[in-house]
Amino acid sequence: MRFSYDTSYADAQRLLRHWPGRIAYAVLAAVLLAGPLVLPKFFIGEAAATFIACIMALGLMVLTGFTGQVSLGHAAFVAIGAYAEIGLLDAGLPFPLALSLAGAIAGAAGLLIGLPAIRVSGLYLAMVTLAFALVVEQAVGRWKSVTGGYDGAQVPDALLFGANIGGLVPFYYVCLAVLVLVLLALINLTRGYVGRAFVGIRDSEAAAHALGIWVSGYKVLAFGISAAITGLGGALLAHQVQYVTPDVFSLNLSMQLVLMVVVGGLGSLRGAVLGAVLIGLLPTAISRLKAALPSVAAAQFGLDTFIFGLVLAGFVLFEPSGLNGRWIKLRTFFEAFPLYRRRTFVRGKAYASSERHR
Amino acid sequence: MTLDAAVLQLAVNGAAVGAIYALVALGLVMTYKATEVLNFAYGDVLMLSAFIGWYASASLGLPFWAAALVAVGAAAALSYVIDAGVMRRIAGQPHFSAVMLTIAVSFMLRGLAGMVFGPTSRRLETPWSGQTSRFSGVVVADISLAIIATASVVTAVLFVVLRTTRYGIGIQAASQNQLAAYLCGIRVKRLNSLVWAVSGAIAAASGVLLAPLALVDISLWGVVLKGFAALVLGGFGSMPGAVVGGVSIGLIEQFAGVYLPDGFKDVSAQLVLILVLLCFPRGLLGEAHGRRV
Repeated sequence: MRFSYDTSYADAQRLLRHWPGRIAYAVLAAVLLAGPLVLPKFFIGEAAATFIACIMALGLMVLTGFTGQVSLGHAAFVAIGAYAEIGLLDAGLPFPLALSLAGAIAGAAGLLIGLPAIRVSGLYLAMVTLAFALVVEQAVGRWKSVTGGYDGAQVPDALLFGANIGGLVPFYYVCLAVLVLVLLALINLTRGYVGRAFVGIRDSEAAAHALGIWVSGYKVLAFGISAAITGLGGALLAHQVQYVTPDVFSLNLSMQLVLMVVVGGLGSLRGAVLGAVLIGLLPTAISRLKAALPSVAAAQFGLDTFIFGLVLAGFVLFEPSGLNGRWIKLRTFFEAFPLYRRRTFVRGKAYASSERHR
Repeated sequence: MTLDAAVLQLAVNGAAVGAIYALVALGLVMTYKATEVLNFAYGDVLMLSAFIGWYASASLGLPFWAAALVAVGAAAALSYVIDAGVMRRIAGQPHFSAVMLTIAVSFMLRGLAGMVFGPTSRRLETPWSGQTSRFSGVVVADISLAIIATASVVTAVLFVVLRTTRYGIGIQAASQNQLAAYLCGIRVKRLNSLVWAVSGAIAAASGVLLAPLALVDISLWGVVLKGFAALVLGGFGSMPGAVVGGVSIGLIEQFAGVYLPDGFKDVSAQLVLILVLLCFPRGLLGEAHGRRV
């Protein structure tokens, strides 16, 4: 076991407090930076797509994992971010400015959609966000002058320091940089008083209110931050697919984002990243798997959907704390090596309180 | 056609579609009242049972009535198994887990339907296909009449069963207070599974009736989204409300398609859902006591 022995505030504020963690993250950083130099092209594209999925999942994690507000319609913010990016680049803005403004526009939309969250919570909020996403999907298809309608819109080339980022390798590094920035920002956010307020609202609204937390304000803020980050992911997604049609932002995308957050483990940023990596790479893994299967099974049409459902059901039933929980158990096992007890993580019996009469 | 007749025609069409939404919402209300779980897999049970009905009628050559019965029976059995085998395992955990589990089940059912039946659309023939009746200037498709009749019968039967039989009263008791019902000797778990089975049977009935209007394919599950809107409009957890809400959503959709700009028809149900939850969360016939949404 390790115990924190902090002798100064600087000790307590450090992100990586122990040398094994520092080494591990240094190795990870080296691998990610050197990756494009050795990987085949296909995997560089896959990695960039995974980074984008991570950014979007982190956005949803702020809302669902930390603040406890379920959103089944985050694809709407992805769409807003993507179309804002296209519009801003068309207007001649430089790429970094367009990217941040696209995030800001999505965030503003998030603040607007967050207002209902003051009145509506739980299942009802999930239904409102679901309905909102369906409305946005329709609106994107119908509003031809801005979005190009169902015919789709071409994403303009983006220049960064005079170089086109359209190529696989530059785009990989752009996505990686944005992901790292988002991750650092969120780590600091969740460590600060805003993050504590979010967690407080998730665990008990009444208690948070009693402690002087402005519940409705922070709920709306969580929506704004979450939508802004997801919109940022959407803007990068636009560059990745290069030709944007409304069906990119279907209900399916919303559900995949929820899947990433739940499979990763609610309430942890590491979970969002792990979940996004697993769910993001699952379709590729399935298609690889199909090559190995006999042709009868490989030609099946709904296999992907079925496996997605199976993975989600498996996690909800057998590992509700998600990949992050599994990771923590594994880490504890090695840290406490001969003394690991399975009972450490056995939860007390849970009794759900009825939501009928509150 | 005069304006009045046109409005009447729209109203009849809307009521027919609305009757299906009412059935969908009714099935959702059943499980919501019994287990407090909003069943996201409902649309997929509906879709799967439409496929089963098509298979029984087209491939096995059964007459429509037999095929519909097969679909209803299969969907009821499937829903029973889903509750007894899957949902029961996480009883007592937060509702979010239960909702995620129904979403997982819905993905699995959708994938299963895709694997077994493929992406092609099918047509389910009914005795009423292509026939119409005239009532004082209004043309009504016979299938619409059948839909409205079925919805009314199902609603009436449910009403009588829930009010008068032992099982119905047990279900009511369990939906009000599970622990108290359990202490009174009601077998709550089995009863919940039974409620799921009934809800599955209703899903199958609406699926088989929806199949002649739309085509039988994977996207049929989307009707559950309209069912949510009907549920919310009628008042969450109220069975008469589900019927009223369903018919209203059907009417709103029809009239929005004619009197509002292009594109509003598809999202009118969702807009109604958002507006009702924000401005009038109790719905039309919601429970009288206070409730936080």
